[in-house]
Amino acid sequence: MTVGELMDSGLFQVVNRGDDLDRPVERVFCCDLLSVAMCNAPAGCAWVTVMGNINTLAVVALTDAACVVLAGGAHLDDTAAQRAVQQGITVLATDQPIFEAALAIHQRLA
Amino acid sequence: MSDCLTLRFTVPADDFTRAGEASSSTKATLKQLGLPADIIRRVAIVMYEGEINMVIHANGGEITVEICPDQIVMVLKDTGPGIPDIQQAMQAGWSTASGAARDLGFGAGMGLPNMKKCADSLDIESTVGVGTTVTAVVRL
Ligand SMILES: Nc1ncnc2c1ncn2[C@@H]1O[C@H](COP(=O)(O)OP(=O)(O)O)[C@@H](O)[C@H]1O
Ligand SMILES: [Mg+2]
Repeated sequence: MTVGELMDSGLFQVVNRGDDLDRPVERVFCCDLLSVAMCNAPAGCAWVTVMGNINTLAVVALTDAACVVLAGGAHLDDTAAQRAVQQGITVLATDQPIFEAALAIHQRLA
Repeated sequence: MSDCLTLRFTVPADDFTRAGEASSSTKATLKQLGLPADIIRRVAIVMYEGEINMVIHANGGEITVEICPDQIVMVLKDTGPGIPDIQQAMQAGWSTASGAARDLGFGAGMGLPNMKKCADSLDIESTVGVGTTVTAVVRL
């Protein structure tokens, strides 16, 4: 499944349409502590988190995550929303808790 | 004459919106230079954790990155409060981060341990009331 396909799956709201929609989503990764995510998020993952600030996007960029999914009703603050557009990062969102959101993605990975 | 490339960054105090700029910019440079992905990742982690520490603990500072044929040397220098007990600061889970920093997802006390894990060498010099200089080396 590509980022674009995940975006069009109807599972999540689309907060920002990023640049590389053809990129495959390889894994799902869940974590809310940025230092831990920074060290452990695998490149190409869909990262599910409740943190929606500017640093979330820095971690996405630095770890080469494929996209970020804000779970539990989390949303991007204004600065972070601008940064997502600037950096072409795909941001999705859902009211579902982290586990359910991640499981839904996991079930669609071949 | 040196065949090292030097990058310099100023890390602003208390500005979370700009934290990560030095790391991103360094990462982009290393990518352009065609360095291996795991080296880039390790440098990015060291830079990012160091940058965040400067923002949340030390009123910003200066970062110099020297990219040489055999190694990448990062020097992160601040004139913040200093670290009274470096051994304690290095322990996983130890943190004096403020509630505001924690609300943003920091303060896990994993920054310095992560930096140590990712660097081939990590040296911290700190004097209370004067500042802290962290020197990290990733060998190529
Ligand atoms: N540049 C610095 N200036 C002053 N204190 C620092 C600096 N870097 C780290 N520290 C101290 O070391 C502790 C541990 O740092 P770290 O492992 O990065 O965890 P965290 O940043 O999550 O607190 C910090 O809570 C702080 O007390
Ligand atoms: Mg830290």
